[in-house]
Amino acid sequence: MTSVANRTVASRLAGHHDLLVTGALGIAVLVVPILALTVPEGSALHLSTFSVTLLGKYLCFALLALAVDLVWGYCGILSLGHGAFFALGGYAMGMYLMRQIGDRGVYGNPILPDFMVFLDWQELPWYWWGFSSFPFSMAMVVAVPGLLALVFGWFAFRSRVNGVYLSIITQALTYALLLAFFRNEMGFGGNNGLTDFKEILGFDLQADATRVGLFVTTALVLIASYTVTRGVVSSRFGRVLVAIRDAEDRMRFLGYRTEHYKLWAFVLSGVIAGVAGALYVPQVGIINPGEFAPLNSIELVIWVAIGGRGTLHGAIVGAILVNFAKTWFTGLLPEAWLFVLGALFVMGTLFLPRGLVGLVSRRER
Amino acid sequence: MSPEGVEGSDLLHGAILYLDGITVSFDGFRALDGLSLTIDRGELRCIIGANGAGKSTMMDVVTGKTRPDAGVAFFDRHHDLLAMSEADIAMAGIGRKFQKPTVFTNLTVRTNLELAMRDDRSVWRSLRARLDGEQRDRIEETLESIGLHLLADADAGTLSHGQKQWLEIGMLLMQDPKLLLVDEPVAGMTHQETERTAELLVSLAGGRSVVVVEHDMEFVRSIARRVTVLHEGRLLAEGDMESVQNDPRVVEVYLGTPC
Ligand SMILES: Nc1ncnc2c1ncn2[C@@H]1O[C@H](COP(=O)(O)OP(=O)(O)OP(=O)(O)O)[C@@H](O)[C@H]1O
Ligand SMILES: [Mg+2]
Repeated sequence: MTSVANRTVASRLAGHHDLLVTGALGIAVLVVPILALTVPEGSALHLSTFSVTLLGKYLCFALLALAVDLVWGYCGILSLGHGAFFALGGYAMGMYLMRQIGDRGVYGNPILPDFMVFLDWQELPWYWWGFSSFPFSMAMVVAVPGLLALVFGWFAFRSRVNGVYLSIITQALTYALLLAFFRNEMGFGGNNGLTDFKEILGFDLQADATRVGLFVTTALVLIASYTVTRGVVSSRFGRVLVAIRDAEDRMRFLGYRTEHYKLWAFVLSGVIAGVAGALYVPQVGIINPGEFAPLNSIELVIWVAIGGRGTLHGAIVGAILVNFAKTWFTGLLPEAWLFVLGALFVMGTLFLPRGLVGLVSRRER
Repeated sequence: MSPEGVEGSDLLHGAILYLDGITVSFDGFRALDGLSLTIDRGELRCIIGANGAGKSTMMDVVTGKTRPDAGVAFFDRHHDLLAMSEADIAMAGIGRKFQKPTVFTNLTVRTNLELAMRDDRSVWRSLRARLDGEQRDRIEETLESIGLHLLADADAGTLSHGQKQWLEIGMLLMQDPKLLLVDEPVAGMTHQETERTAELLVSLAGGRSVVVVEHDMEFVRSIARRVTVLHEGRLLAEGDMESVQNDPRVVEVYLGTPC
């Protein structure tokens, strides 16, 4: 009987979390524009564009963490390559923004981005076709990471690559892409990546209102993604994922094609990560191969671990808090951040196995 | 390959499971050595044998977990088990209770039953699946019959060993298979629980076929009509309990030694 009571407390609590997450983001959507655009600059309540963009970045990371939690927290797939999906979504957005520059580049070529002119290229490579269209580019933001996740997942899950081996090949995947995107011949701006963006959908990227608009969009996308993933993990599909995490073999003997479940969770996760990257790029103003760095992918798994894996809201909390700490700490002692992050991770795993949000729900239980 | 093409396929007539010449080696060691076995429709069969005789390995072969080096295995006339995946074998109608109970520890007892329930297993369906009234009733009935209705909403990980055994049996019932493979169902159960398990298994046979591996001889005696004795990966003897018990070879290798 007590367990029944526990269960209802737990489910009521889970409902609270949904309300808290969507409520907080909803409030941010309403309040941030007011503080940034209508409160005068001298006022203590004024939010600078710099801060708005910083907050927007945190929300992009929260979206990325949400993607990781879906596969790692619920299905036990420890991907250490999710930075790759993020970066690919970012590059797709970057390509659109490059084409928007038009003839306002340094070389004034109406078709070719500056780096192509510099490389003496005569025409746009075929894989750049269509990126002057916003709808096409947004389709690519979803399709490219989604397709990579589909192909990679298809091979990995069908051949039953699991555990640490899977983590290693996801690291290899993002590292291989890092090397590829560094090459000038790839046609993505090499080392420097894509930058010097001017406009998005005709709005000046330097304008305060555009920055606020990007923040609001990011927050709304995060609310929508959180709602969708919550729906997914609360469905029977989500229960199957947890069962696969606990005992995949057993699920096969019950007649489940576990590789299909893992694959579709992985694809959804890859798509969300790609969208996060696409929202990130116009806010930070650059995308370069550094985003593929294997270390990035490891870092974001740590955000999820610290926030509390397998909860969704924990991933969001972890990403925002850790990145807030990172901003604050790198201001003080830039070199020491990785050690701090490592220490946070170790202490988190030792003392908070269920993450920061586990602290709250344990007390309430 | 169709069973008709197999020598001795007339044995399959009326049989639900047909194994012939199954050989499994692990690094040269033969866990199964040309094992042949036929289970009839509706039969309740007990399989006994010393530790390491190959009983669990036989179940591994039937459920697709282990691929044999040689032999044939057919189920329900036309299913060539050796060419099917674990999931396909399960969907064709073979359910298994493992020797070491494996339940989904972070899901509730009820959810464990829900996932085991015979239903469309496709990803697309699972996203939109809702339990209908009939399915809900079936889950409640099963909870009742495995005596876990008060623990329905507890995480399966919090159950005792015996309760996990029951949950596994409940999952088998939800799966509603044609053939049940039950590996050591009463290990860790009290005397009363053992008796209830015996009743349950006997009541299941007839409608479906049941293969039980068990060391508990008293339990075997209480349910068995036909007993198969495995020894070092081979079939040593087969028959009713009495004739098997009196078989001198069996007495020598198995019943003679205390276990
Ligand atoms: N994966 C494996 N690798 C190597 N050897 C194995 C493997 N699985 C089983 N064996 C060996 O095969 C033999 C048969 O094992 P099996 O588990 O089938 O025996 P069993 O009859 O079920 O015994 P028990 O009564 O102890 O459960 C044993 O000697 C075992 O050590
Ligand atoms: Mg065994």
